[in-house]
Amino acid sequence: MSRSNWEVVIGLETHAQLNTASKIFSGSSTAFGAAPNVQASVVDLALPGALPVMNRAAVDRAIRFGLAIGAEVAPRSVFARKNYFYPDLPKGYQISQYELPVVQGGALTIRVGDGDKAYEKVVRLTRAHLEEDAGKSLHEDFHGMSGIDLNRAGTPLLEIVSEPDMTSSAEAVAYARALHALVRWIDICDGNMQEGSFRCDANVSVRRPGEPLGTRREIKNLNSFRFMQQAIDFEIQWQIEQIEDGHKIQQATVLFDPDSGETRMMRSKEDAHDYRYFPDPDLPPLVIAADWVEQVRASMPELPVALSARLQAECGLSPYDANGLTASREMAQYYLDALAVAGAAQAKPLANWVMGELAARLNREERDIADSPVSPVQLAGLVARIADNTISNSIAKKVFEALWSGEGQSADAIIEAQGLKQVTDASAIEPIIDEVLAANPKSVEEFRAGKEKAFNALVGQVMKASKGKASPAQVNELLRRKLEG
Amino acid sequence: MNETVKSLSARLAAGSVSAVELAQDYLARIRAANPVLNAFVELNEERTLADARAADALRAEGRAGVLTGVPIAHKDIFCQTGWHARCGSKMLESFAAPYDATLIARSRDAGLVTLGRTNMDEFAMGSSNESSHYGPVRNPWAHDAVPGGSSGGSAAAVAAGLAPAASGTDTGGSIRQPAAFCGITGIKPTYGIVSRWGMIAYASSLDQGGPMAHTAEDCALLLNAFAGFDEGDSTSLQRPAEDYTRSLAAPLAGLKIGVPKEFFGEGMSDDVRAAVNAALATFRTLGASTVEVSLPRAGYAVPAYYVIAPAEASSNLSRFDGVRYGYRAPEYGDLADMYAKSRAQGFGEEVKRRILIGTYVLSHGYYDAYYLQAQKVRRLIADDYAAAFAQCDLIIGPTTPTVAYGLGEKTDDPLSMYLGDIYTTSVNLAGLPGMSIPCGFGAGGLPVGLQIVGNYFSEARMLGAAHQFQQATDWHLRRPKE
Repeated sequence: MSRSNWEVVIGLETHAQLNTASKIFSGSSTAFGAAPNVQASVVDLALPGALPVMNRAAVDRAIRFGLAIGAEVAPRSVFARKNYFYPDLPKGYQISQYELPVVQGGALTIRVGDGDKAYEKVVRLTRAHLEEDAGKSLHEDFHGMSGIDLNRAGTPLLEIVSEPDMTSSAEAVAYARALHALVRWIDICDGNMQEGSFRCDANVSVRRPGEPLGTRREIKNLNSFRFMQQAIDFEIQWQIEQIEDGHKIQQATVLFDPDSGETRMMRSKEDAHDYRYFPDPDLPPLVIAADWVEQVRASMPELPVALSARLQAECGLSPYDANGLTASREMAQYYLDALAVAGAAQAKPLANWVMGELAARLNREERDIADSPVSPVQLAGLVARIADNTISNSIAKKVFEALWSGEGQSADAIIEAQGLKQVTDASAIEPIIDEVLAANPKSVEEFRAGKEKAFNALVGQVMKASKGKASPAQVNELLRRKLEG
Repeated sequence: MNETVKSLSARLAAGSVSAVELAQDYLARIRAANPVLNAFVELNEERTLADARAADALRAEGRAGVLTGVPIAHKDIFCQTGWHARCGSKMLESFAAPYDATLIARSRDAGLVTLGRTNMDEFAMGSSNESSHYGPVRNPWAHDAVPGGSSGGSAAAVAAGLAPAASGTDTGGSIRQPAAFCGITGIKPTYGIVSRWGMIAYASSLDQGGPMAHTAEDCALLLNAFAGFDEGDSTSLQRPAEDYTRSLAAPLAGLKIGVPKEFFGEGMSDDVRAAVNAALATFRTLGASTVEVSLPRAGYAVPAYYVIAPAEASSNLSRFDGVRYGYRAPEYGDLADMYAKSRAQGFGEEVKRRILIGTYVLSHGYYDAYYLQAQKVRRLIADDYAAAFAQCDLIIGPTTPTVAYGLGEKTDDPLSMYLGDIYTTSVNLAGLPGMSIPCGFGAGGLPVGLQIVGNYFSEARMLGAAHQFQQATDWHLRRPKE
């Protein structure tokens, strides 16, 4: 079955939990993991007569987001009630925004793929609106009954809705990752996907090129990028098969089962609620004056796009390096801290180290760059010793390992203590070369017969005999002179 | 007992009576009369006397305010620690709030002593107090007549001398109409003046709490206690505090009274017309002038109100689902059945009717035709009032088209009961302050109410005009036979 005859259309709705100390309409704490219902006030419990009061800190964060994506921050937006019954929805309605959301429009530039196949794409955003989260229903350990925990009820969410601009699971994941990085970059959401702080719904449809949009199915509650990729890929394949088998796609909400790798229907369009949205009479329209927006703007960090451009312009980094370094605020901060010590001349090698050795090592141990055992200052010190030929790249890796495991306070201290300083003195290197040539007559012969490969083998032997300390450039030069001389 | 808040305040200040003695007097009267009137749904002598002792202690320390030790009855719609808040419903039969409504907290801070909790239409939905799960209230002037609603218990309690004052709430006339039917004075302030925190919501954009008492002066004293900005209610208005008694003595010379011609048309009974016209004549003799004004869209107020109020109510009452508190059906199948049975059994007919209307008008496909249209009408009605207030200072007319009707007379005809709200609902839709004062008697010797509507924040002026009227008349001093 060929996918080439099909176009895929994907739009994402993302719920980002805003990292405010208290809830969106009450003073209760939003901290994760407390005993059930201890963080539920009379407002969160929806006792009779309890009323909501807007938390300004949640609005601040919505404004930050709007500014970060170049959207319009609505001077007047309206809270609406979304009515439905569910035990973990204490009021019988969710306070959300419907017709007039706080953030309108905007766009996010994403990078899709790796290496040569990587490309950039601009995904347009429809809107982002403020709303409250529901509580949790607990269906285990209650002897056939359900438990309700309202600690999460009233937690502020920003629901971010994209246009259906993505055409593959890779683009969808790239968008979700970019959004995830952005909300953390501007510090409005902790991005913790396991705790549900960042979760996505994907609207997926397929069509033949040139045809109108196909019927979409919505995959709910994707809380990892891997599941998102799997779920969308499965869904695309399933829809194509359905259509090619002569079936019509019915609009539906589906769930992804990570165990089977399949999506399954949760409810069809016929079961859809009539939410009876109407403006919440308990909350006046949210009015955001220009000076409020300006206040928030003044507190914004430099955004990844701007920082990337600056690194390219000021430090001569490639777009690839600059975008990679600005993929997360923590990595960018690490890099900038290191760069401040190492100097702009070291921008490129430093970028290689941060995105290469350091990233790989962190990845292997599943650590965040913010608590890297090798500090930015230490890494800058290491790169400086490579630059001034004190050590070679391969020795540098040894020094890096030593820094990682805490064997010394700085690259200099480790080089000194372990005697790793590069040997550039010809009188020290020549005897080693002589020994190697004497011990490898076969290689010498092969080289003289025209095999350049043999030369490299000899270099390797010399480096090994010098325990890596000989300057590779020096070894090359001296060896060639001896063999050709 | 012909006591007013003002006179009790003076006696308490003079030391001729203690708060405890007053409370005991009133409790004795309530015990005697309530089995017939059913104005109170909860009494708690211990709590009442504890309040009274605290008031006396404050006075002994020299820290008494003007209302310290004065008894009050609170409508069963306000959450109040130590008391149930049943809101006239079976749904909340077991509910006792763990917190105080702002109006309750402010009453307590003013030193008012709670006598008990007054009966009301279920969730404030009704104009006759007959939708209460706890039985109808009888009108003290004629025991076979309704007291009005929804604050029927509060009105009857004050009229019968079981309390010198009471709290009420008014969504479409629920303070003014029972005040009119029971021959007392009551004021619904400008929307946003009295906090709605802890006041069980019927229709949030219309609900407003306020005082009910014998006189305008008493209402002014009580409004001083009730009113004020509350950050717990996002619709509460942040304004400097005012003294609502400040204009009581102001003469009426130069006052321009607008008389809306639409309020004197078909449907208005002759006895009400006669009493209202006589009252207008009295105002003229006091130096005010009257001018005819028009509220051309006022006729749409009742239909607009009975779309908007049920719409909000259908959502506000969703929290009564049997999950966390309140009534839950004893037997049910699955979750949906638990909701259906709990709500079917816990709510009365009128509440269910309004939830159904509200759900319907908000439904997909009907929203624009009903809810949105009603909101547009609401705006036009407010525009009508704005135009009228360009010509006058206050608008005066009847509070109700007829005097109190008989118990059971309209219970089978909700539409005719809704039409009894024709003069009051437009005031809520516009968010304006409105009050009712006694202005005579009509058929069956039942009281007639005069409605005074002011522009936004003109409560002091309205209370002043009412007070001047009450200085020249004695309708507010008449009491039903015991």
